[in-house]
Amino acid sequence: MELIWQGIVKAVELVFGGDSEVWAITWLSLKISASATLISLLLGIPLGILLALSRFPGRAIAVALVNTGMGLPPVVVGLFISILLWRSGPLGFLELIYTPSAMIIAQVVIAFPIVAGLTMASFQSLDPNLALQLLGIGASKLQALWLLCKEARLPLLAAVMAGFGGVISEVGASMMVGGNIRAQTRVLTTATVLETSKGNFDIAIALGLILLALCFALNFLLTHIQQRGQMKWPRLS
Amino acid sequence: MRRLNTVVLCLAAAFSSFSALKLASGAEPKDRNVILSTTTSTQDSGLLDVLVPLFEKQTGYTVKTISVGTGQALALAAKGDADVALVHAPSLEKQYVAEGKLLNRRLVMYNDFVIIGPRNDPAKIKSAKTASAALRQIEQSKSRFVSRGDNSGTHNLEKTLWKEAGIEPKGAWYIEAGQGMGATLGIANERNAYTITDRGTYLALGSRITLPILGEGDRALLNIYSVMEVNPANGPRINTAGGKAFADFMVAPQTQSVIKNFGVEKFSQPLFVPVAGKREEELGV
Repeated sequence: MELIWQGIVKAVELVFGGDSEVWAITWLSLKISASATLISLLLGIPLGILLALSRFPGRAIAVALVNTGMGLPPVVVGLFISILLWRSGPLGFLELIYTPSAMIIAQVVIAFPIVAGLTMASFQSLDPNLALQLLGIGASKLQALWLLCKEARLPLLAAVMAGFGGVISEVGASMMVGGNIRAQTRVLTTATVLETSKGNFDIAIALGLILLALCFALNFLLTHIQQRGQMKWPRLS
Repeated sequence: MRRLNTVVLCLAAAFSSFSALKLASGAEPKDRNVILSTTTSTQDSGLLDVLVPLFEKQTGYTVKTISVGTGQALALAAKGDADVALVHAPSLEKQYVAEGKLLNRRLVMYNDFVIIGPRNDPAKIKSAKTASAALRQIEQSKSRFVSRGDNSGTHNLEKTLWKEAGIEPKGAWYIEAGQGMGATLGIANERNAYTITDRGTYLALGSRITLPILGEGDRALLNIYSVMEVNPANGPRINTAGGKAFADFMVAPQTQSVIKNFGVEKFSQPLFVPVAGKREEELGV
């Protein structure tokens, strides 16, 4: 227990003592995972909408693939992205291995099925008649889609949170494709692993606490936005 | 309120796309990057945190240090996925050099391995004459032993010692950790088991490890680090000049004196003995 207390003290020291390395690591984690989440949204939301609203041959397989992808083990993603990006691999010419870009790619592969799956679920939970009504009152297809998006925005925010939460906290893929290089690709999770193996448990706990605080702050912000929207409904009780 | 939400989301989106662009364009010119594949012990001991910035300052190269077990470090280099290797498994290294995958093997430094274990020493290895005799006693008494089990330099040394003892270790007493030195020491400490560790990592972990040193001083426990350059024929895009610059740096007199003094301040004894230019046979404990 004393160790956890030491860790909390250390976390306060690191955060407020102006340790620039910890700040840089935190900032890099945030940049990489935010970028990956954004790209996942750009890819995942259209795919989710497509799977929810249209019917085409092979759709059942696509849905099953997306649902499986929601639980992709990060370490497996890391292995395959590494094999692709190694200099000896097919995409080696891009020279991306051990860079933040490689970590973003791996995190997109992890997060985008989560976003697609949750988007699909949120559109399927809308009243199917809504689309018909919108078209019926003369909305164009694009306008109808936009209105549906607005209607589904609360579950869509949940997709953002789940995607971001999945990638900021994963360690396997970041370690493999990023290499945990100091001042280049070291993020909160990989630094925690390293400090643990070095036996610096107090610093490891401190980094873990910073990660938790970061996740909490972002989720608090998004939940706040989400629940604001929710308040407009009349109270049922 | 809804408008504010939209503004917040747009700002978040703009911010992250901006940083994605910046990250993508922030890469340095490619030939300024040197990929160093090395072992966990050079990183966990903190030595590279001192040497790498020094090298970068002297040469202008940026080093990407990949710390993995020696087995993987050598395999990465042999595939051409690294430019230079700094590892500690002489028998494995010589195989790679003989195959022509790695070039110009040069000794850099050494320290030694020690056998640590429970304070009451149930296998009585303190009186053992050699390291392999100590392992034989551990096996005979079925005392718990934690192996790295990850084909690292330390694991390779351990395998060599078992072979010398004529034993193939298996059973409930033989625990394969599959992790780095620091984590393995932690497991041995928690399970009150024997293990083999390099002295540097053992010292670096300090009071966290309560198991005492029970076996040391055998010549077979020498832990020799060498640097090797990667054969440019191993694959495309190998930074031969950068790799050679790092290898030269490791054996340069100035670097060797930094290695000599590393750890003295913190542990009141050096963690490594610099040996550039010497031959293996000349080394002693």
